Amino acid sequence: MDTDQIIPGQYTKTLDLQELASHVLEFLDPDFRTRMNSGDFVVAGENFGCGSSREQAPMALKAAGVAGVVASSFARIFFRNAINIGLPVLEIGPHDIGGGNELEIDLENGTVTDLTADQTHQAATMPRVMQEILKEGGLSPYLKKHGDYNL
Amino acid sequence: MSQTLTEKIISRHVGQSVRPGDLVIVPVDAVMASDATAPYAIKAFQEMGATRLWRPEKVILVIDHAAPAPNQRVSNLHTMMRKFAQEMGCRLYDIGAGICHQVMVENQHARPGEIVIGADSHSCTYGAVAAFATGMGSTDVAALMHTGKTWIKIPSAIKVELSGRLPAGTATKDLILFLVGQLGINGANYQAIEYTGEAIEGLSLAGRMTLASMSVEMGAKSGIVDTSGLELPYEFEPLKADEDAHYEKIYQFDISGLSSQIGLPHSPDNVVPLEEVTGTPIDVAFIGTCTNGRLEDLQAAADVLQGQHIAPHVRMIIAPASREVFNQALQQGTVEILSRAGATFITPGCGPCVGTHLGIPGDEEVVISAANRNFKGRMGNPHSKIYLASPAAVAASALCGVISDPAEGLPSAKDGAQEQP
Repeated sequence: MDTDQIIPGQYTKTLDLQELASHVLEFLDPDFRTRMNSGDFVVAGENFGCGSSREQAPMALKAAGVAGVVASSFARIFFRNAINIGLPVLEIGPHDIGGGNELEIDLENGTVTDLTADQTHQAATMPRVMQEILKEGGLSPYLKKHGDYNL
Repeated sequence: MSQTLTEKIISRHVGQSVRPGDLVIVPVDAVMASDATAPYAIKAFQEMGATRLWRPEKVILVIDHAAPAPNQRVSNLHTMMRKFAQEMGCRLYDIGAGICHQVMVENQHARPGEIVIGADSHSCTYGAVAAFATGMGSTDVAALMHTGKTWIKIPSAIKVELSGRLPAGTATKDLILFLVGQLGINGANYQAIEYTGEAIEGLSLAGRMTLASMSVEMGAKSGIVDTSGLELPYEFEPLKADEDAHYEKIYQFDISGLSSQIGLPHSPDNVVPLEEVTGTPIDVAFIGTCTNGRLEDLQAAADVLQGQHIAPHVRMIIAPASREVFNQALQQGTVEILSRAGATFITPGCGPCVGTHLGIPGDEEVVISAANRNFKGRMGNPHSKIYLASPAAVAASALCGVISDPAEGLPSAKDGAQEQP
């Protein structure tokens, strides 16, 4: 899943988050916005967010109300960007979570519980610096509070 | 302890010997953001409570993704960047200066042995001058503008050792397309690619930039070409990995037998020999981008199109990588050859590569492009198809109106006057 699918390049030149949200995943599924509810998770396969470095990709998902992304694996820039803007991302390896399943996410322990399938997936552990950044709600609030990186 | 080139460069910056997997805070030498990413970086910079840049002379802003502004909203984002640059005292390259990555290398903002971070995924292009360079998002870059530092997990490395020489009619683009096809779109995820071997010694700076730029198409954090054979207009220290450095994987290719390659829709790793799709009708031919918008790329196209005219139904668009490239191509007569052949020149910059403006294809249209990505909708229309190829192959296809191999015999001006008055 590349970033051109998450938010096409022609919609990225705006500071209006709702404008970004209105085009999220539209090339993939034009009905995504109407079908999703705030607090839903996006569940994906391999290499989620490959391609461009546009931070607008996780921003558009977050602004649309997506609570987090669970994927088999992530492209590195997307993963960093998501943490930096405070969008939880969990890398759980190969999985068969079906669309519409009910999920419970435990960020503290890094677990994704598929309540529908009664199955728990353990997410890869993030570097501590990322955990700290996510805990503060993103890199901007983290740096505002700490003034500098703290390993 | 023996080290990869990536480990060497980062070790020098942090003052200790680093190993893959180590997490370090590194000081960088320069940081870049474009009009696609700088507005959010400026916003994040302000949200961090920052009031001045870490070192204004090391922060570079470039207006290239939507330049000149296609609408009021983008124009206001450009104004925001200009105001910020003026207030903070940093360098801003305005419309027409060129693509950020070209501008960074041309103006020596990225040099051998340096660490350079850009808010654009193709920032790995600076690996062409043996810099450790990678793309990050707006907020990471805002933090760099503020502190001059970032955190990096030291990547393990993949060595790509190339021997032989590119056959006539093929270009570095064919080589990198071949490699992307071989390694796959996530074949180098989170890793550093190091290009080395006798074949790189003969590569021009432009060719090295083509190679390095598409490293991200394999998921790589960086793609670095060692300095063997590198020529720059200034003195620099030669940089190579240690002989016995440890690599996660080593690929060895003899490029002497390489044929023209093409990336099929809709993923850059969907690569086959070009001959498999020759004859496919095209509507648009595009030459430009950080991967293939340089002087030698324009010259390769001009060599194909000299004294001829593109097929009547084809639109050919050329965006030189920078004003410097455009000026040199003007001076050499390359622009005239291409313009007389029916090509349309647009502002140096990213052009239609990112789907913002200046040549969005129509529904069902087929594009052959010298760019680096062909994801669905990349050029602004999810109902079009993009094929990726070398500038010579793009020119040959524009000439014939169908996908054509520049390494095969093409109609030449001698065969009959194709040029239209």
